[in-house]
Amino acid sequence: MVPRGRGGALMLADALHAAPDGLAETFTLVEGLDDALTHGLARLDEERAGALEDLAAAFSGSPLADRVADSVGKILAGTVTDEHLIALAGARAALLGAAHDALLISVDTALGRTRAGWTAVPAAADAGHLLAGSRSWLRELAIAGWRGVDHELAAAAAQSVQALLADPAQRRLAVLLDGFAGELRAAAPVATLDRVPVRRWADLWTRGLLLSQDGYPASGAVPVTGRLLLLGVDLHEHPTVFQAQAHALVETGDEVRLVRTSVAAAKVDTITGPSAWRMLAGFPIFRLMAAGHRTVDVEDALLTPAGDLIWDESRATPGEAADPFTTARVRLAGATLPAVAPLDRHPAAVATPVLLEGYAASEAGFDIGGGVVLAVDHDRVPAAGPLTPAIVDASHACLGLLRWDGRWSVQPLAVQAIVKKKQVTAHVGEWANGPAEAKAAKAEAVAGTAVDVLRERAGRLLRK
Amino acid sequence: MTTDGVAYERRSAAPVVAPTRPRKLAKVPFVELAEGRLQGVVSSGSDIERVYVSSVTAGEHGLSCNTNNNRPCGGLSGGSWACKHIQALVAEAELQYGTERVARYLKAEVADGGSVMSALRTTSAPNRAAEVFSSFLRHLAYLELPASTDPLPELQWFPAAGAVR
Ligand SMILES: [Zn+2]
Repeated sequence: MVPRGRGGALMLADALHAAPDGLAETFTLVEGLDDALTHGLARLDEERAGALEDLAAAFSGSPLADRVADSVGKILAGTVTDEHLIALAGARAALLGAAHDALLISVDTALGRTRAGWTAVPAAADAGHLLAGSRSWLRELAIAGWRGVDHELAAAAAQSVQALLADPAQRRLAVLLDGFAGELRAAAPVATLDRVPVRRWADLWTRGLLLSQDGYPASGAVPVTGRLLLLGVDLHEHPTVFQAQAHALVETGDEVRLVRTSVAAAKVDTITGPSAWRMLAGFPIFRLMAAGHRTVDVEDALLTPAGDLIWDESRATPGEAADPFTTARVRLAGATLPAVAPLDRHPAAVATPVLLEGYAASEAGFDIGGGVVLAVDHDRVPAAGPLTPAIVDASHACLGLLRWDGRWSVQPLAVQAIVKKKQVTAHVGEWANGPAEAKAAKAEAVAGTAVDVLRERAGRLLRK
Repeated sequence: MTTDGVAYERRSAAPVVAPTRPRKLAKVPFVELAEGRLQGVVSSGSDIERVYVSSVTAGEHGLSCNTNNNRPCGGLSGGSWACKHIQALVAEAELQYGTERVARYLKAEVADGGSVMSALRTTSAPNRAAEVFSSFLRHLAYLELPASTDPLPELQWFPAAGAVR
């Protein structure tokens, strides 16, 4: 929470304003590698070769020094193997991990928050052959470069994705590859594209390659019993997945911890907007928590060291309603923040809950004092909830997530605003059981029939 | 602190695919731009067990239409005049993706305010019913996958779609 006192707000303003030392240099190295991936490792000119050599030089003296130098040397000589590529992906993840740490520490410090340390966890079971298919597609992509992606290469992930989707233990990699491949298919042939999402695709490629290695760390979850208090709901989606992720506090005895808890369903592209919630029909208690801000008592629910409470309806009992703004005002400042899993350290994964109050809102963002106007991430205001850019721009209190994507911004999860002289409050998760507002409810009912039509077709055609 | 936007190339969450617009699915349950074709499945007006599998190739605008039992569509009859299934497919694709994206994919020169259908050159193309139909079945199979409660940290890169504005 941003302390409402002048001093606290100014500390946050300072932290958001100041770039950590070395951030620009770190991103120069990342961009050199990203540029090489854009044009393809098979076609490195002198300038791009130089950028890879700079990358190798930057790692000298680090534990990765030999592997990065050796891999860059081999790639420049024309040999691109899985082993060389994972060294590049590891180097990129290490750079962005360092950037992540610097950004997170500055904000944690300004907010006066305590974050738990990481506990080592064992490796998960290997999925061997399934991962080989994924690695091979990612290798072809790196060799061709984004610019070299045509319809055929974009579609070549399909078989791997289908095999991964069939194994629930591989859902994480499957969901990532499916989303990535879908973007490449939509953009192919990439050579004709005006602008290429260079950073984004290098991120997705790197994450895909890391997840495609044998021996990826397991979750290391341990059971907790306590009361969940909702702060807000963030919604994620690509053509074949919809996820509702609650940010909440869990009270266990004297301790209050900040956690995330999520439910996700596979879907298809024509199911989108508020009707996507229909795919989460199997989670009535989660939906009650999201729509009605009900507290939830959890018994022996699994909590990972990274702060993910594994949602389990059979271990959840709904309680009274509790206002998320009150929860944030009273409890958030004293809550312990979770550690970040080492391989998930990336600036784009930062999503720190904050309560902002007493700012001046405008189209440019929230003026939080100290000469800082915090940008509002309008791209993350979903159609599946009642928030609109207009309500956000008229707000005076905001429960949101601090994010960093080239600059700091706030993603609103709930706002209090004055609209037409009336006090209104809107929460992103409010439509979990369908929109309350009449026009949106009607649109949802029409769109919702899409789910029924497809289920009917599936019933008729799939089981033949 | 600057409030200027960050360059598209340097954004981890840069939007790539425009949000899909909602449409009614009863007539054309499935549309996709894939494998160099606009392809999809059109419900038969008369037989609930039957669907037509239709496609238009990018560039050449080659047409193909067959039933799911692989019988040629009588309306297309091997020629290059679009049958009503292909017309419905193209119209629904424009609803779903917007005229501009469909035109770009098919490499069709659509006049301002014009429709994609009127900009197609149209020729006949080989039967692709088997590929398209299996793509539709894969599509439907997503609805049968179990839900997941495990952490999916990569979804931070995929915010839920904003309203089509
Ligand atoms: Zn036909």
